[in-house]
Amino acid sequence: MTPIESTQPPARLELDKISVGYNGALALRELSVQIPHGGQVAVVGPNGAGKSTLFKALVGLLPLRSGRIFIHGEPLGHHKDCVAYVPQREEVDWRFPVSVAEVVMMGRFARLGWTRRPDKSDHAAVLQALEQMNIASLARRPIGDLSGGQQQRVFLARALAQEPHILLMDEPFTGVDAATQEATLALLDHLKKDGVTVMVSTHDLNMAAKRFETVLLLNRELVSYGSPEAAFSPESIQRAFGGQVLFLNGVAAIVDDCCPGGEEHIHHHHETP
Amino acid sequence: MNILLDPLAYVFIQRGLAASVIVGIICAVIGSYVVLRGMAFLGDALAHAILPGVAIAYLMGTNLTVGALVAAVIVALLIGLFTRQGTIREDTAIGILFAAALSLGVALISSIRTSAVDLTHILFGNILGVSSTDLWMVAILGLVVLAVIIGLYRPFLVVSFDPTLAATLRWPGEFFRILLLVLLALTVVISLQTVGIGLVAAMLVTPAATAYLLTRRLAHMMALAAGLGALSSIIGLYISYYASIASGAAIVLVATGFFLLAFLFAPGRGLVWKR
Repeated sequence: MTPIESTQPPARLELDKISVGYNGALALRELSVQIPHGGQVAVVGPNGAGKSTLFKALVGLLPLRSGRIFIHGEPLGHHKDCVAYVPQREEVDWRFPVSVAEVVMMGRFARLGWTRRPDKSDHAAVLQALEQMNIASLARRPIGDLSGGQQQRVFLARALAQEPHILLMDEPFTGVDAATQEATLALLDHLKKDGVTVMVSTHDLNMAAKRFETVLLLNRELVSYGSPEAAFSPESIQRAFGGQVLFLNGVAAIVDDCCPGGEEHIHHHHETP
Repeated sequence: MNILLDPLAYVFIQRGLAASVIVGIICAVIGSYVVLRGMAFLGDALAHAILPGVAIAYLMGTNLTVGALVAAVIVALLIGLFTRQGTIREDTAIGILFAAALSLGVALISSIRTSAVDLTHILFGNILGVSSTDLWMVAILGLVVLAVIIGLYRPFLVVSFDPTLAATLRWPGEFFRILLLVLLALTVVISLQTVGIGLVAAMLVTPAATAYLLTRRLAHMMALAAGLGALSSIIGLYISYYASIASGAAIVLVATGFFLLAFLFAPGRGLVWKR
């Protein structure tokens, strides 16, 4: 099977039956998805569904057991598009001695390479990204001094400074204040205008259904992919979340232990919008 | 004034001072990565793993530093290889290699009947025995390590702070990780002369940890650590001269003194400010 259909432009992101695993066990099995140019996809699934695994495979950090990834028609590793990644907050070493401006400048490293000094346009891009995320006043502060929401904005600003074609965000709505969630959503709208392809992992079904045009429901393999109405059918939710799902009067409620601190909480999702 | 100038009348003390200042600076700069990446155990293990190289070089009648260099680079690459795919945890791999290499070294040295190799010199350094050839070797290797660390500052920063970014930039993260191990091995070898195997880890970790308490920028941390490393070496050597104590130990104790001061009084982060 060729990745490029003769009449259509290549999909911005195409996964062709990819399987990924750590030491023996498969974390993701035979996943095939095509995401068009400028698409915004919420990747939804329970804990351990392979959301982070998928992202790590997409940036080439985890090797594929089988299958292929194409970015704009080119195999992963030979692609020319710029891919940016906003890590989960827990994955970042916040005690590392770097300032906010230094982290955002890292977004320019794709252009600057290993050694070239940043020029005026790089500094301007960094400043603009800081201003857009409303953290310009924190530029010189060490990242460890910031609040959780501010820390998240630093990495969003870095992604902006990167001017990516594809943006991957791992759980950007988890453990941040409402203002930062809104800032993240506003950024998504902004990116949409620029035609940036975005994948966001979340276990907030409400957010995924309300704010995303496309949902990828995942549980170690593809459960469903499409509009929220289609992807979140009761059967699909049952398949993805299994015993954690509760149906009460046509409303699906999911009980999980996804959040740090082990606090149980409930996501409500209306089956019929 | 004479207190400071008197010791410098001797050429061997001049050479010892020069060597320990260079070692103090290089250890502190690469030590910043050792501290930030949690590689302290690795630095210590590398130092001990050098012993068989030194013993074999002695048995073959070649230069001991060359033997140490070969052993250190081999062990660094082996650790890199063992920890590559995460089949065993890094500290486990290091523990195994470190003990095995140390045992091999001890076994070899115990087989040398008339032990002319003074083990204490390898273990604790011999600053006053630094020959001019040794000093050249320390200076050249030190310059190489420093040049690579400064020249490749950006990739080392990215690989240490955010390996995922390195992956999205398609920078060879694995290559830089192993390069850092090799640079660490070179640093350990040049430290052999001054503080010895036993105390290298302290020179790698202590000045860098002190600087970490005093600044929040990596470049500043490296510069400050280098200054502290050099200063500790100078003060330690003078103390060693006047108090007649082992020079390596004196240097490490001075560096530890600076750390304790920073730990107690660092602006905003010291213990006394937290009360």
